[in-house]
Amino acid sequence: MSALELAAAVRAGTRSAREVVDEHLAVVAARDDELNACNLVMDDAARAAADAVDAAVARGDDPGPLAGVPIALKDNLCTRGVPTTCSSKILEGWLPPYTATVVERVLAAGAVPVAKTNLDEFAMGSSTENSAFGPTRNPRDPSRVPGGSSGGSAAAVAAGYAPLALGSDTGGSIRQPAALCGVVGVKPTYGLVSRYGLIAFASSLDQIGPFATSVTDAALLLDVIAGHDPMDSTSIDAPHEPLLPVVDRGVEGLRIALVDELIEGEGFQPEVLDAVDRAARALEKAGATVDRVSVPSARYGLSAYYVIAPAEASSNLARYDGVRYGLRVAGEDVATMNARTRDAGFGPEVKRRIMLGTYALSAGYYDAFYGQAQRVRTLIIRDFARVYEQYDALLSPTSPTVAFELGAKSADPLAMYLSDVCTIPTNLAGHAAMSVPYGTGEGGLPIGVQVLAPALGEPVMFRVARVLEESQ
Amino acid sequence: MSEYEPVIGLEVHCELATATKLFCGCANEFGAEPNTHVCPVCLGLPGSLPVLNERTVEYALRFAEAVNLRVPERSTFSRKNYFYPDMPKDYQVSQYDEPITIDGWLDVDGGRVGIERAHLEEDTGKTQHVGGGGRIHEADHSLVDYNRAGVPLMEIVSRPDITSAEQARAYVAELRAVLLAIGVSDVKMEEGSMRVDANVSVRPVGTSELGTKVEVKNMNSLRSLGRAIEYEIERQTIALDTGERIVQETRHWDEADGRTHSMRTKEGSSDYRYFPEPDLVPVAPTAEMRAAVAGSMPELPAARRARLQGEWGISDSEARVLLGTEGLADYAEAAVVALDGGTPRDVVNWANGDVLGHLNETGLSPVVLPLAPDGLAELVALVAAGTISRSQAKDVLAECLSEPKRPKQVVEERGLSQVSDAGELETVVDRVLADNADALADYHAGDDKARKKKRGFLMGEVMKALQGRGNPQVVNQLLDQKLG
Amino acid sequence: MSRLTRADVDHVATLARLALTDDEIEHFTAQLEVILEHAAQIAALDTRDVPPTAHPLPVVNVLRADEVRPSLPRDEVLAMAPAAEDGRFRVPRILDAP
Repeated sequence: MSALELAAAVRAGTRSAREVVDEHLAVVAARDDELNACNLVMDDAARAAADAVDAAVARGDDPGPLAGVPIALKDNLCTRGVPTTCSSKILEGWLPPYTATVVERVLAAGAVPVAKTNLDEFAMGSSTENSAFGPTRNPRDPSRVPGGSSGGSAAAVAAGYAPLALGSDTGGSIRQPAALCGVVGVKPTYGLVSRYGLIAFASSLDQIGPFATSVTDAALLLDVIAGHDPMDSTSIDAPHEPLLPVVDRGVEGLRIALVDELIEGEGFQPEVLDAVDRAARALEKAGATVDRVSVPSARYGLSAYYVIAPAEASSNLARYDGVRYGLRVAGEDVATMNARTRDAGFGPEVKRRIMLGTYALSAGYYDAFYGQAQRVRTLIIRDFARVYEQYDALLSPTSPTVAFELGAKSADPLAMYLSDVCTIPTNLAGHAAMSVPYGTGEGGLPIGVQVLAPALGEPVMFRVARVLEESQ
Repeated sequence: MSEYEPVIGLEVHCELATATKLFCGCANEFGAEPNTHVCPVCLGLPGSLPVLNERTVEYALRFAEAVNLRVPERSTFSRKNYFYPDMPKDYQVSQYDEPITIDGWLDVDGGRVGIERAHLEEDTGKTQHVGGGGRIHEADHSLVDYNRAGVPLMEIVSRPDITSAEQARAYVAELRAVLLAIGVSDVKMEEGSMRVDANVSVRPVGTSELGTKVEVKNMNSLRSLGRAIEYEIERQTIALDTGERIVQETRHWDEADGRTHSMRTKEGSSDYRYFPEPDLVPVAPTAEMRAAVAGSMPELPAARRARLQGEWGISDSEARVLLGTEGLADYAEAAVVALDGGTPRDVVNWANGDVLGHLNETGLSPVVLPLAPDGLAELVALVAAGTISRSQAKDVLAECLSEPKRPKQVVEERGLSQVSDAGELETVVDRVLADNADALADYHAGDDKARKKKRGFLMGEVMKALQGRGNPQVVNQLLDQKLG
Repeated sequence: MSRLTRADVDHVATLARLALTDDEIEHFTAQLEVILEHAAQIAALDTRDVPPTAHPLPVVNVLRADEVRPSLPRDEVLAMAPAAEDGRFRVPRILDAP
């Protein structure tokens, strides 16, 4: 049953939220020892929340559009009084004294959080192997990674822990694991969803978005979480136009293009490229035109990203110093305490990026690295703006490959970074993009096709994604 | 010995008198219990985000209007990255390459001082050192209170136009007066709501190249600012004369020993890795914002001093004292409006004397005094009319400043009103002269010196008989007549 | 691009306040070199007349009214602290001025 159907049944009183949540918790209990998608299963709280939804229905109140729908939350979203770890030792035991805006919104809509899900530590990674609590495995093939960094949320939806999940996407961290796990994942336009309470990785790139088993369910969840939040200065101050009423409007007359730079290059599996071709033909068949187009600066996206994101991260993660919360390792003076705490509390990938970002911002290197990366960012925005004058949406693979084996890229950071080559330009531009499952490749593993749209282009993006979903 | 001239620039940090902090809704209040004005934002908790307080922008624009600063089309915030336990995020959000105001000036005694920029930034928390006599390096451990973290600061950076300790003091005094007048800060150096750092260098007279500058911190009054600068000029002059090299460094002023001391800083710690703060968007003051500020500017101190000198006939230094305390000039002006006898000058004498003394002693602001301005006017009128003497008025004022009573009421309660009626006084004078016939005889027999002495004695006897309430002028006239 | 030295990495670790072991320093020196080389691809681009983008959103003046909102209860604040004393956060002694 889809989230939309579940919520309808719970609101109509034909299914109880308690029954729904118990069923899903049973799936978690059966599979999570193997998959390790959850940092925390919120059994008791979930049952209590479900009972509250049922009580509301019994009183004749409407619990909201997500009534009784189980939802998994990436463990970098703050939840008051509930551990929020970012899969890092440095935050072990920390209980946030406040709740993220997105979590408030799904709760107000009647959703029932069932778990805090595993991630690459501080969302830095593409495989969910960089977790202090061990890697998450791909439900489609447990010898493979689920992608990352929102691998726990993607796996939770793919394994049926919950029909919906929230993740965060800084360079592909929702779309790439969605592709690798065979679910729908959306990176909304920067500013569409409040970041208040999302533990920051790279502030100018981070955006929260939904995971779902269908395009329609993803629209349902995005409609709930989108909209202005006065607590986030970078939140767009305009009413959100609901997507649910428009997803089924088809693609007749839409102009779509495949992006050369996101298809050509080393490391793309032929099945993946083939899936994108089939997707293009399906869109043509449904009445759209499909061309090919070049976004020349997109090829520099990865380089710019691996300067900007670590630079912002090096500053965002300075606060984990052992003074106010979280881990402290003793030291005879405060600086020694800070340094020991950070060395013991952060994993290797986080330290690597802090070092990289600190270097890129340091005296003498700023202009060559950070300053130049920001200018490249301008070039990317300009190139996309030019392309979007002629096209309504763009198409590419989400990831060059299907899910890879655990450990396959752990020793080679750069190879791991390259798995985000198709997703990163969207974050740099602040645009919208989503991944839709489209057939299978090597080992019968799912392939994701990426639909890209300009800022606030979600309505068209969802229509294209919906047609792709139907065409299979 | 060569001749050197000092080159001084000042960095003034003042806390803005807003209701809330720069980026969150926590109260901006001095003296609360530790860690009670903190929230996820000002504690830098993971996931929290800043939102700029609109009042701080308004205050910066007011200051710009007051000291001729330009307001660029847009300004941005940056992060200044360094680790320190009083800083919750281990970076300070400040304005770096695009400040909200640039290029102004302030005229002070000793000449015009250029202001390079004034920008907004957040304050840090407060650390307290435990053990080792409270000194930072010798302490056993330290304790941190984040109530002050995130309090809005305006940093005002002067150009190196200042050439003496005296001019530095005049600049800071005038800056204080301006900040008070436009209502953006309490500017209390002693409470730390205004902090001044001085960049001091010296160079041979006649040269134009700047010497190596030394930053001097920790001056907590105008007096210590002057002393620290004088010390530093002398130290550098002696060093250069003896062939030493001046090291670019930060030095700490020690009020107790009257010297500056080199501060320990870690190598490379000045690499602050500034970059644009991605959690905030640019500020672009609109024409409406600027018009609203321009239309609500109060009279500035220089103009007000000139006006009061002209209208009231007071001196420049009297006017400066009046404007040096928040609300005192307003108080005096309101009293002058209510005057019904006496002069504005009388009002200023009382305001700058006993009233100011009381404010300094109690820390109160004039607006909360139990004696309203028209009460001071009443007191002035009582003295002018001869109802009470000046020394009686002092006692009356003291009572009115500590209790909600009007001067007339106190005069009545104490039975203080002066006897000025010539008829009434003549009876007493006659009686005293009759009772002291010996003294009267001595007076008439004596030389000038003896006469003066006896006259004084008789005057004293008359006042004694009147319990001090006789109008001295009238009594003197009567005695003159009688002693003829 | 000049080569990254061990001393550079050591200096960066100090700035980043990470007590890295010798092994870690060595490891990072090699890895950062490779990543920086990749990042340096952008150095060759001509961006002389291109302004930097700090932020994808073209908005200005997001301001908040100067109105007091509730702070956190102090017990909850200090409960998070690794060490607290006398209503304050306790830290080991501080050796350097800010």
